[in-house]
Amino acid sequence: MFGPRISWSASEGYMLSRVADNLYWMSRYLERAEHTVRLLDVNLGLMLDEGAVTTDGRWTKVIAALGQPKGLEFEGDAYALSLRIIFDRELSSSVVSCIMAARENARNVREQISTEMWQRLNSLYLQVTRPDLKLHPISATDTEEPTEFLQSVMEAVHQFQGVTDSTMSHGEGWQFIQVGRYMERATATAMLLEVYKDFWSATERPHEVSEYLEWIGLLRSCTAFEAYCKVYTADITPDKILEFLLLNPQFPHSVRFSIDSLQTALDAIRRGATGEGPASDAAELMRLAGRLQASLSFSQVEEILEQDVVSTLRRVVQQCRAIHSTIYKLYINYSIQAALAG
Amino acid sequence: MKTQTPALKNYTLDHAYDEMFVDESRLHSHYEPLLEHFTSLPPGELKRRKQTADMSFLNQGITFTVYGRDEGTERIFPYDLLPRIITSNEWDKIERGLTQRITALNLFLRDIYHEGRILDDGVVPREVVYSCKQFRRQMRGLQVPRNVYITVVGTDLIRLENGEFVVLEDNLRVPSGVSYMLTNRRVMKRLFPQLFQRYAVRPIEHYTQALLGTLRALAPEGRPEPNIVVLTPGVFNSAYFEHAYLARQMGIELVEGRDLLVHDNVVYMRTTTGLRRVDVIYRRVDDDFIDPISFRPDSMLGVPGLFNAYRAGNVTLSNAFGTGVADDKALYAYVPQIIKYSLGEDAVLNNVETFLLTNPTHRQHVLQNLDKLVVKAVGESGGYGMLIGPHSTKEQREEFARRIEADPRNYIAQPTITFSRAPCMVDDLLEPRHVDLRPYILFGDKVTIVPGGLTRVALKKGSLVVNSSQGGGSKDTWVLSQ
Repeated sequence: MFGPRISWSASEGYMLSRVADNLYWMSRYLERAEHTVRLLDVNLGLMLDEGAVTTDGRWTKVIAALGQPKGLEFEGDAYALSLRIIFDRELSSSVVSCIMAARENARNVREQISTEMWQRLNSLYLQVTRPDLKLHPISATDTEEPTEFLQSVMEAVHQFQGVTDSTMSHGEGWQFIQVGRYMERATATAMLLEVYKDFWSATERPHEVSEYLEWIGLLRSCTAFEAYCKVYTADITPDKILEFLLLNPQFPHSVRFSIDSLQTALDAIRRGATGEGPASDAAELMRLAGRLQASLSFSQVEEILEQDVVSTLRRVVQQCRAIHSTIYKLYINYSIQAALAG
Repeated sequence: MKTQTPALKNYTLDHAYDEMFVDESRLHSHYEPLLEHFTSLPPGELKRRKQTADMSFLNQGITFTVYGRDEGTERIFPYDLLPRIITSNEWDKIERGLTQRITALNLFLRDIYHEGRILDDGVVPREVVYSCKQFRRQMRGLQVPRNVYITVVGTDLIRLENGEFVVLEDNLRVPSGVSYMLTNRRVMKRLFPQLFQRYAVRPIEHYTQALLGTLRALAPEGRPEPNIVVLTPGVFNSAYFEHAYLARQMGIELVEGRDLLVHDNVVYMRTTTGLRRVDVIYRRVDDDFIDPISFRPDSMLGVPGLFNAYRAGNVTLSNAFGTGVADDKALYAYVPQIIKYSLGEDAVLNNVETFLLTNPTHRQHVLQNLDKLVVKAVGESGGYGMLIGPHSTKEQREEFARRIEADPRNYIAQPTITFSRAPCMVDDLLEPRHVDLRPYILFGDKVTIVPGGLTRVALKKGSLVVNSSQGGGSKDTWVLSQ
């Protein structure tokens, strides 16, 4: 069964399960950090435009979009909340926690990723954990600094992705990085859209300027404003936003694009798996990914709006979870007995 | 010479051998271009280059983990910009001496785990071997590939006051530091290309290739294309950077205990495409932790059943188990006799005089002279469990006297030796600091020593402790080709 197949290097088609696990999570955590940072950046910016209007709704939504992390509540001070979401190490989903976790995963596979990738990620880690950083807390009187900081984190993550694509072989490890990134992105975008569910239940009426700003905010939270305008011009309406962020096949932050990319990466991993181990039977995984991909590519926004936006979005998240656990059963946590019998 | 150069105003000579100066007025000729180059740089330039290099080390994560402080504190390994220079004549002798020593120690290990002739002939007392905690009964009668027990060795050398290189310690278990040797060289070539070019420095970059070749030569029979891996205890180990570095440079997998499993005495690693057989393990995990079934049952780092797979000859572990018996500090005293017995030659490199505390005459002498001697626990390394007499307090000496009386086998004593001193950058000036030298020896189908090693520096003024865990640093080591 595991005959003397001659194989010298890791690039020749096998990879430790633990390595796949670490690469997948490294990528997911970084994507999560980037998403969180962008949400904060956008909402801190939007806050400047709303006079004394209640901000509670905004920040409760931000917390919901982050998946309601335990122990995180809005207590009236947006800056204090942002500070916690960025720096609180007790909070496993804070930006710093995500970057630390990504870096720890990378350190576990230090020999598998390129030196350039490691250096980019390690400098980001050193930047966000340096002890004197806390001397400059975000405060209402000092709004430039958080923006600058948030921008620098986003840039660093973008650079990391660029350096990953241009310095690491696009083999199995790289594909697992794609899986992690797009899994996280699809889930996060679907959750974000659900938070804004009111947009799609509102009855026809003249829109207020503040609503218009919120819509732009949602697009900006997915770096989608400019790309949206290219397709629909600056004529912004909730149903078009939904169509764009959920179903657009070309925009990298749409759910559809993420699931397409996820499926492509999973297929590349399956085709690369030439061994006779348990991974050779990837049919179930491909079926799950294919079903989700098809449901998005053949849907029309009118149908979704007619039926139920929220349950559509929830189905995406559920199916992503099912894909995640199938990946683990197939490649990472498979039973030894099955592998030996295989 | 010395007095005219402002950078040397704090450079004082004492009785220790100085790597750069012959005496107050004369330099060793091979240090001339170096001193000229460093003193000709504009003020502040050295500091600037040092900061550049520090930043680069930190960003690259070339760090080690400090124990006993906050869990998992990462530090860069402190290093000094001035290379330590070794002439080709000096190196020739070192190379001959180390080859001889390693060959003899390997024969010794083969012998004590098989016939034990050296014990029968009374060259080494039986009790020294059998009372050693590192002696592994499980290894008795076990045939290891090519009879090689010690594949990777890091031997610590120091220079006496007369400039002679002597062996301070053999590290035959899981010696570390070679990655610093390699990265120091990379940094030096980048920071001082012109100076590097002026010297004909012998290259060391082929170390990882030589290591891979050595490991491949030790594969079990019938495995012509062996799957070789590096086994690490994991990211919390102080030398994790090195484990990852070596695996990456050799292009082989870095595995942890949890990646491996043993079935029918065959070792497999868990990959995304199923289980894959493992043939050679360059293990950086201590004997005690490698297999919870055969050794410490509480080990979480090991692989259950690994030792049986090893016994069955289905996997090679490098270094072999039980090599620690030959770098025990009490056994060290017998190495010259071991060389004589097994090779019929006199040792090329001498030992440091060593008092065995099991010997009543020695013990009495040591207890009376604790303030002049260095006492070391036999099983410890990394500068732990040591008493440096001249730098000790009365309480410390009394404490060690008690410990020696209670367990004499556990300690040895040596005269306080002043290691040689080499120039180091301290602020903007050059000052001498004590150094040792750890060359790395590879032993597979042949003995390979890359010309160089890790020069460790006691960065604290006057200190003799060079271990990285105790505030030591390192510098690049240039072996000249002529």
